[in-house]
Order: sequence, then structure tokens, then C-alpha cells
Amino acid sequence: MQSKATATGRLMPSLPDIQWQNYVVYIFFVVVLGFFAVMIGDKGFLSVTNLFNIARTTAMITVIAVAMTFIISAGELDLSVGSTTALAALVCALVMQAGYAWPLAVVAAIASGLAVGLLNGVFVTMIGIPSFLVTLGMMQFIRGLDMRVTYTNPISITNQTYNGLFGSGYVFGVPSLLIWSVVIALLGHVVLKYTGFGREILATGGNRQAAEYSGIKTRRVKFYAFLLSGAAAALAGMLYAGMMQTARFNFGEGAELMAIAAVILGGTSLFGGKGTILGTFAGSLLIGTINNGLIIMGLDVSEQMMISGAIIIVAVAFGKKPGA
Amino acid sequence: MSSPFLQMTQIGKSFGNIPVLRRVSFDLQKAEVHALMGGNGAGKSTLMKILTGVYTKDAGTISIGGQTVDITDTAASERAGIAMIFQEFSLVPTLTVAQNIWLGREPRLPGTPFINNAAMVRQSRLILQELGVDIDPEALVGSLPVGFMQIVEIAKALSKRARILVMDEPTSSLSEAETEALFELVRKLKASGISIVYISHRMAEILTICDRVTVMRDGETVMTEPCAGLSVARIVEAMLGAGHSTSFEWQDRGDRPTVPPILQVRNLRLPSRVQDVSFDIRPGEIVGLAGLMGSGRTEIAETIFGRRAAVSGEVIFDGQPLRGQADAIERGIALVPEDRRKMGLVLDHSVRDNVLLPNLARFTRHFFVRDGEALKTVNGTIRDLKIKTDGPDKLSRLLSGGNQQKIVLGKWLARDPRLLILDEPTIGVDIGAKSEIVATVRAMADRGMAVLVISSELEELMAISDRILVLHGGRITQDLNRRTVASEEELHHAIQGHGHRAVDAVPA
Repeated sequence: MQSKATATGRLMPSLPDIQWQNYVVYIFFVVVLGFFAVMIGDKGFLSVTNLFNIARTTAMITVIAVAMTFIISAGELDLSVGSTTALAALVCALVMQAGYAWPLAVVAAIASGLAVGLLNGVFVTMIGIPSFLVTLGMMQFIRGLDMRVTYTNPISITNQTYNGLFGSGYVFGVPSLLIWSVVIALLGHVVLKYTGFGREILATGGNRQAAEYSGIKTRRVKFYAFLLSGAAAALAGMLYAGMMQTARFNFGEGAELMAIAAVILGGTSLFGGKGTILGTFAGSLLIGTINNGLIIMGLDVSEQMMISGAIIIVAVAFGKKPGA
Repeated sequence: MSSPFLQMTQIGKSFGNIPVLRRVSFDLQKAEVHALMGGNGAGKSTLMKILTGVYTKDAGTISIGGQTVDITDTAASERAGIAMIFQEFSLVPTLTVAQNIWLGREPRLPGTPFINNAAMVRQSRLILQELGVDIDPEALVGSLPVGFMQIVEIAKALSKRARILVMDEPTSSLSEAETEALFELVRKLKASGISIVYISHRMAEILTICDRVTVMRDGETVMTEPCAGLSVARIVEAMLGAGHSTSFEWQDRGDRPTVPPILQVRNLRLPSRVQDVSFDIRPGEIVGLAGLMGSGRTEIAETIFGRRAAVSGEVIFDGQPLRGQADAIERGIALVPEDRRKMGLVLDHSVRDNVLLPNLARFTRHFFVRDGEALKTVNGTIRDLKIKTDGPDKLSRLLSGGNQQKIVLGKWLARDPRLLILDEPTIGVDIGAKSEIVATVRAMADRGMAVLVISSELEELMAISDRILVLHGGRITQDLNRRTVASEEELHHAIQGHGHRAVDAVPA
């Protein structure tokens, strides 16, 4: 119960309560980084190329996770984002293959993501089906669509402008993927923390009824969150396609779960009402760093999965408030 | 007086280096109902948490039946025969009454790990019969009215052979009839030798049901007296300290017959019990809406606020019909809902964010919230309403009930509403905060705000209203000028549907 906190909280106004649990993701990040630096610093872990590599491979998860922070903060879940990345990548590649200019392909890809978000939003906010079920079904449906659309054949992307912008390129020596993820994270941070929409998202997730009584149109707020999530998944798909210079039906498999892990690791409450994009960014980087470090250490994929899974559980356990 | 059954002597408790209880003594006779009162933060819940083993004491002794007991945790407290009666929240709604009573202690079929369902139901039925209540042990708890849930709690306590019950605000969500039934039960428990600690803010109730009153203030016991011959004024004085004035007395604010009404409710019919309700409220007027629980008071409030649709009839505000909640808020209607924790506050958000919630649009320019500007308003709200908080960033969950209610009130007052609807504004709010809330509402009304107050506490309606509407059988049966209502009893009769008086004023 929160009784203890209530009593102490009221009676000890002067004591600053530093809640280190809020910073667990950063602490873990530093610890993991330090561990790998000592263990495999000499194997190139600390090289700029490798650090950029971490940033590049986490970009997709970061972009999805930023939008997922909005969804989870609003008290919902979106499991369809993984399949949506592949859908958007395929749409993008197909439009270019058909000879249209790359900006048109980009618009079409984003539109496909928005369409998925729109459907999710309609089912959740207008028909009232729990988002877990809607997006679980949507995840399956869209993945099927991904396979159907090219009969599981990959579509390569030959437009180098596109590939450079969305994935493979560098700007002043910095990978474009890193720039994308930093820009998206900053944008998300500003929107969640400083705009009316951000406050409405947090209020909706914190107590939907109280938000309603305060005049917040919570269904509209959630609807926008799903649109945002669809669009972000589409962008992530385009980034992935740009990096691989191809689009495949199996892009983003399991990305939804990685994104959720990043969000929760970052300190966002799974029950809504409390969200931090900077934490999410750190959570995403943490997952990427662990995977990268374990590869360099020469561990087998099976071992990598076991260790990164365990670390996620431990980190979340540390971030849990006592008694909460 | 015989030697007490429960004796808490010189109990001390500190959190960090802040003392919360300073050598508090409290005793309970066998078969006594002993009221424990005090403002929020007075220490009464800490004292009871020590008794029930949630906290451990730093100093002092506890003895039961003459023997010193060491209450180290909740299990030890249970063994000592002490039980806390929660209102409804500690029951599992999807289980039956019997399953709840025996939860975790289910009788087994001899020699097997399987639950002896028949025995469980039989024993539950016995206990419920002893309590003289007609509850089916096999009914799902979720299907019971709120009033019954508390009785199931009591049955659960008795099944554990509890001798001391601690009841915390037991009537706050009960209707009149349910309250009466509970009092009957309390008397029965008393007759069977059970001792009860009765925590409540409701004075009239305490003087009705309790044998003695103990008042705590700032971690000390300031008064312990028999209820017989005790006046409300004496208790209030003990709670607030000497020389504290209270706004909880009615003030004649005069009539305003010439001002045209700001709110006109016409022939309102709702899907619930409300059949045909019409009334007016003028600017500056404080109108009380009295009626039994379930009579449709809240539904009327929520319809005016635009959260519910009427079957027929209309709500006219400032000459124009209202169209939904957004319109209502936009045009200056505010609703402080009945359940502040569920509908009023985002508990895990700060005081600041809660106050801002209905005011976001005002402080948002080009998508961005002007936090600096907003903070001035929030600080103003904290100051004006005397919200006791370390600062605007404190989580509202950590504030006391009275201060939480002030946040809900404050977030709407920051909009400077023209009509304020208060639904049960002072449930679980201590007398100090209560008078402050009443004083604030009165001051706003003096500046022209119209107020509609719904309350189950007649004392409160009598204290604050200029006019009292009585809702009975889906209609406004009486429209009473407060000046003509002599006593709470008179109002009480009206609510029950007795003693129809000529309606003073029928809205034209």
C-alpha cells in the first residue's frame, strides 16, 4: 500500500527524496558501457566505427520506441508496429520500383503506416476493443499482408539518394541513422514534455476518467497516439530499408517487443501516466549496446538472447519502486 | 470504570526525525464504541496503523485484556484479535461472499488439500445470521450494494474471532438507510461484547453511535470524554484548538430576486430516476440539492455539465441551451465530481499538472504550454486555497484528503467559472479544510459565481446553502429558502418524502 509513503511524504517535507529508481536506465547504461570497455575495449568496442554501429542498429527501435512511449503513457499498447515497419518498407520499395520519385515513395510509405494507425485507433477508441487485442490481431494481419504483397520476395532499392538519406549515408561523418534517431527522440521529448498534447497524453494514461472530467477528449488523444505510432513505424521501416538497400517481409520481427522493453527500461510506467522519452532513448541504446557488446565478445546468438533477456528483467526489477 | 480491554499507553512514533505521535494514550472498554477524531495529519491513522501492525511503535506499550502484547506486524495484530474494517476495497468482487470471508483460510475436506465448500458456506451463513443480515453467502461480492460489502468485511473479521474492530469512515459511501442498518449492526456487535474504534469526521453520527470520543491534534490526545452531554462545538474546538473560528455556520447572504437566473433547468428527464426536474440558479446564489443516495442528484449535476444526455427537457445557461461538456466548460461551468480520487485527480501527477489540466488551452500557445505563466496561476491556487504541499511539484497522491479536494476545487476556480457544481465536496475532508472550502466557495459566490452543492451531509447543506432543493421520487418536491428551515430534522423529513410543504418558489 502507499500508506507509508503518504505518511512520510506529508510529514517530512524538507527531506529531498532522490529517487534513484528513476535513473536506473542511465546507471545501467554506464555500467554496461564500462563493463564492455574493460572487457572488450581492445577488440574495438570503443572505436568510433563501433559506437556509430550501435547507434545505427538501434535507430529503428528508437524511432518506434519514441512513439511507443506516447502509446504506453496514454495507457495503451501497440503490438502492430513491427509488421508495419515491413509494410512501409515494401510500399516504399515498390513505389520506387514502379519508377516513381523517392519523395512519392516516402509519402506512400508514411501513408501506409498512418492507415494502420488509423485502423488501430478506430478499433480501440470508437469500437472500444482493448488495444492489446486490436494490435495483436493487426500485427498478425499486417505480417500476412507483408508476405502476400511480394510473395515473400525481397525488393531491392537502387535509388542512392533515398538510401543515403534513410539509412546508409553519412552527414559530416555522422551516420544519417544516428541523426534520425536523435532528431526523432528530441522531437518526441519536446512534444511529450512541453506541449498541450503531451500533457493530455499523460493525463489520459494517468487517470482517464479524471482527464475526461477535466474536459480532455481522451479518445481523440489516444487516436492521435495510434496515428503517431503508425507513422513512426513507417519511418522505422524506411530507415531499415535504406540501411539494407532492400525491403523484406520479415523486417521488424520482434521490434514491437524490443521497443516496449526500451520504453519500460527507460522508466515509463507500463500502466500509463508517466513517460520519459529521454529514458526511452537511453533504454534503446542500452539494448543496442548489450547486443553489440555480446557479439564482439564472440557469444553465440543463443547466449546473446539469454543474457540480454536477463539484463532487461534485472534492470526493470531495479527500477521498481519499493512497495509500488 | 472497569479496567480497559485495550490499553495503548504513551505510544510514540516518528518518521525520520519528525515525531508524529508524542506519548499518545488511548483505551477501549469491552463492548465500547469509541470515536477517534482529528484533522488530517493529527495522527489518528498512524495510531490505528500501529494497532493493526502496519507500523511499529517507537515507544509505549499496548495491552489487551490486561496482558501486554507485542504487535510487530499485521499477523500479530490479527492474532491479538484486532481487525480493520475496510469499506469495500479489500474484497475480491469476482468471488462469492463465503469465498471472501475465508480467503486464504479456507476449511479443507479432512485429510485432503481440497476446499470444503459446503462447510465454508455453512459457517459463513452462521456468522451472517448472527449479524442479523440477509446476505446469501454464495452471492458474488461484486453484485452486492456497497453497504453490504462492509458487512462482509465485518463477517470476515468475526470469522477470525476479532474482538476489536477499527472502522475508518464507515458511512462515507453509504445511503441513509444503509447507515441506519450499519448503526443497528454496531449496536448488535457491542451487545455481543465487541469493542469498536470508530473513525469519522461526521459529528452527528458520532454523537449518535459512540460511547466516548477521543480527539487528537498534532500527534497528541487533546480530549477524551463520554459522548453523553458533549456538544459538536466542544469537539470542533478540541480539533481546531482554542480560538479557531469556523465557517461551518450558516450565514444569511440575503436574496437576489432581481437578477435573471444564469442556469435554468427545464423539465429534465433522465434515463435514471429523474422524472421531471426544473429549477433556476441566479448568479451569486448557493443552492443546495438534497436527496437520498441514488435519487439522481449526481446524474442531474453531470447532465448540466454535459457528461450525460437527457431523455427530454433542457438545460439553459446564460440564455442559451447547453451542447455537451466542451460547450459547458467553455462557457464557464465547472464540476467538482463526487469521487476525487477516481474522477477528480490524476493521483500520480503533481499538484501543478492537476491544476493545469482543465486550463491547458489557456496556457498553450502554438502547441507549447507556457509553464512559467502557468506556474504563477498554480502558485496562486495553492496560496488562495491554502493547499498544504511542499510545492507545486509534489504528487497529489501524497496529500491529505482535504488538500486533494482543494486541488480539484482549485483547478476549476482557476478558470473563474460562472457556475460551480460541487458533488459531495467534503467527503473524507477534516473540519479545518472543510471550513476553508466553504469559506472559499462563499467568497466566490459573493463575487457573482453561481453554486450548486450536492451533499449527503445535511449539516453541510444547512451550513452553506441560500436555498435548498429537495429531490424526491424524480422530482423537485420542495424549494426551500434556507432561512425558513429550522433544523436538520426538518430537512431530513423532507428528503424522506414526508411533510410536504408548500413550494416556496416555482421557477417561472
